[in-house]
Amino acid sequence: MKKTVRSNLITMGLVVAAYIIVQILIGTGNISSLMKGLLVPLCIYAILAVSLNLTVGILGELSLGHAGFMCIGAFSSAFFSKCMNMFVPGMPGGLRFFLAILIGAAAAGIFGILIGIPVLRLKGDYLAIVTLAFGEIIKNLINILYLGIDENGVHFSFKSSLDLHMEDSDKIIINGAMGITGTPNNSNFTIGVILLLITLFIVLNLVHSRDGRAIMAIRDNTIAAESVGIPVTKYKMMAFSISAALAGVAGVLYAHNLSTLTALPKNFGYNMSIMILVFVVLGGMGNIRGSMIAAVVLTLLPELLRGVVSDYRMLIYAIILIVMMLFNWAPACIEWRKKITATVKSKLSKNKTAKEV
Amino acid sequence: MKKFNKLVSVVVASAMVLAMAGCGGSDAGNSVNNSTGNNSTVENSGAANNSAANNNAEGGNGAASGTFKIGGIGPTTGGAAIYGINVMNGIQLAVNEINAAGGVNGYQLEVNFQDDEHDAEKSINAYNTVKDWGAQMIIGCVTSTPCIAVSEETHKDNMMMLTPSGSAVKCTQYDNAFQVCFSDPNQGAASAQYIGENKLGEKIAVIYDSSDVYSSGIYESFVKGAANQDFEIVVAEAFTSDNKTDFSVQLQKAKDANADLVFLPIYYQESALILTQANSMGYAPKWFSCDGMDGILGVENFDVSLTEGVMLLTPFAADAKDAASQAFTASYRAAYNDTPNQFAADGYDAVYILAEAIKQSNANPSMSVSELGDALKAAMPQITVDGVTGEGMTWVETGEVNKAPRAVVIKNGEYTAM
Repeated sequence: MKKTVRSNLITMGLVVAAYIIVQILIGTGNISSLMKGLLVPLCIYAILAVSLNLTVGILGELSLGHAGFMCIGAFSSAFFSKCMNMFVPGMPGGLRFFLAILIGAAAAGIFGILIGIPVLRLKGDYLAIVTLAFGEIIKNLINILYLGIDENGVHFSFKSSLDLHMEDSDKIIINGAMGITGTPNNSNFTIGVILLLITLFIVLNLVHSRDGRAIMAIRDNTIAAESVGIPVTKYKMMAFSISAALAGVAGVLYAHNLSTLTALPKNFGYNMSIMILVFVVLGGMGNIRGSMIAAVVLTLLPELLRGVVSDYRMLIYAIILIVMMLFNWAPACIEWRKKITATVKSKLSKNKTAKEV
Repeated sequence: MKKFNKLVSVVVASAMVLAMAGCGGSDAGNSVNNSTGNNSTVENSGAANNSAANNNAEGGNGAASGTFKIGGIGPTTGGAAIYGINVMNGIQLAVNEINAAGGVNGYQLEVNFQDDEHDAEKSINAYNTVKDWGAQMIIGCVTSTPCIAVSEETHKDNMMMLTPSGSAVKCTQYDNAFQVCFSDPNQGAASAQYIGENKLGEKIAVIYDSSDVYSSGIYESFVKGAANQDFEIVVAEAFTSDNKTDFSVQLQKAKDANADLVFLPIYYQESALILTQANSMGYAPKWFSCDGMDGILGVENFDVSLTEGVMLLTPFAADAKDAASQAFTASYRAAYNDTPNQFAADGYDAVYILAEAIKQSNANPSMSVSELGDALKAAMPQITVDGVTGEGMTWVETGEVNKAPRAVVIKNGEYTAM
């Protein structure tokens, strides 16, 4: 078996194994409600981390607007689901959710292309700042967007819900800062895992394809890549928009997991973008499996700390984060770890030889 | 290095699995407890308990055992932490008082307050945490957006939910959710009515936070309520949470329009800035505000004399002269060395309201969550509670509270009833 294929299979196998273990735990009733409630968010953050790794790790561009794409995916899909609920009530939930996922991914992908055209001309810090601004603009626009549909057609305003001039305020779909309420709860763990597997499949295959090698060539040396005839803009755009579309999928899961969707700084602001970046950096840039695991660990950690130290959990979370970063990536730590593994290995082999004798 | 990476990932993955299993394990213990408390076993033991309780009541020596477990949810970290911490303290104070006085129908109360960081997603985690702990009813959430998300979950479990300060209408969209505070539309409409009836101004300016659910909710209902009153809204200026430090543009517009009263349906931090900036530009209209203004007298580095004459509709004022408020303020100060605000009062009242509902429905802790939910939500419309946030509070079945709004005016640096 080829090395890359084996590595891919291990990554996907981890997800499948986790899924089976959780299903067994659920089946035997050995899982807490907290854990059950966390399953879908875990999938969401894993998808986000994997998709951002495509931009940051594989393409080598620092993007701080990932939460913006998630926001677009979340709101476009929640809008769609709510409309379908109102006007096509007979539609089966599964089909509606499937279409919502496609719409969320497409909307985020299109925005990825739109943003990418001007933004990808920039590099490094400049790109980071512009994507950061983009994420904030999306969040703020959604916060002042009022949209409703009734028999007179579509009403739309940037001022307040009163300016919609609608008779029945129940038919307002996007209500400014109050966002969208009453989105059907279609997300579940199985769908989350399937979407995560699809995300992994897309990203891992892209990385190991001809296109992926071109993208990595651009990361490593743009001038050299250009000189051998690689169309830099095309490949940058490709990686960026795929990453955006996958973030949109995570947004769809997010929107359909909670009944209320608001664009707060906390869930769609730059805090979230940086949170996702932390997953990627901790897991290793370009290391898809690592970022997935980092996302899972860092999402679980503050919640598991609830039981131990409720009052200081955010403080302890921050300390653990620093320790983990140092342990994983500080040069001294890496050396120390190498030494430890070397001694462990030599001891093991000694034992082995001793036994053989 | 490659190999090592693999090793680390395997270790982390197995640690994860262990953590999950650990969780599952500890929960297994919990769920055993729960199943004696909740599930089929209880069908008979619950009935037995019931009759036992009845016997006891008849016998007169009610040494009842068991505790009611109350889950609390609110932000204790992050930007909205002050509200959550106040509610948490208020709840704890009331629970201590009730327990010291012998509990509710002889049963003690126990509370577990979890942080939701003012985030819908985290609030679900907090709810699940208290559920694992064995909560039978919820006081929460403190803020509106998480409250709506959690109400979806409590509705599924049919768990009684009483929000101390979640004021959006959707917080009580299900029949198991009730409010202690006024809903936003009530506050806006009441403000408009109060201003109109007392002829406080003719030209009104409104400055509100369009990115905040509370503020924009009040603004909208204020505009609707203003349509029936004989004053005119000349300026309505919005700001967002991203630029809430400079209000000179909004104030200048209000000044240019000759507004003689400015309505501020916002929180006190921004109000303090607005009052300071209006003073420095020589603009002195009347000020009118809602319960978010409560707390302005405690702002640091703020010239409190600027608040002279500010009117606000608030259910609670720490300096109010009535006996209930004074007793509450005194014991809160003694316990936490801090002046309580309206949120603390809401949390405090919430416990007493639940206690009253438990008494009314004669509930006991061995009932399942859903049975308790049914019993309590049937009891809510029947009870009347005199609390620190209002006298003679009653509830309608949709969950909204009926109580008289109190208007206070700040005089000599104190809240005085109008």
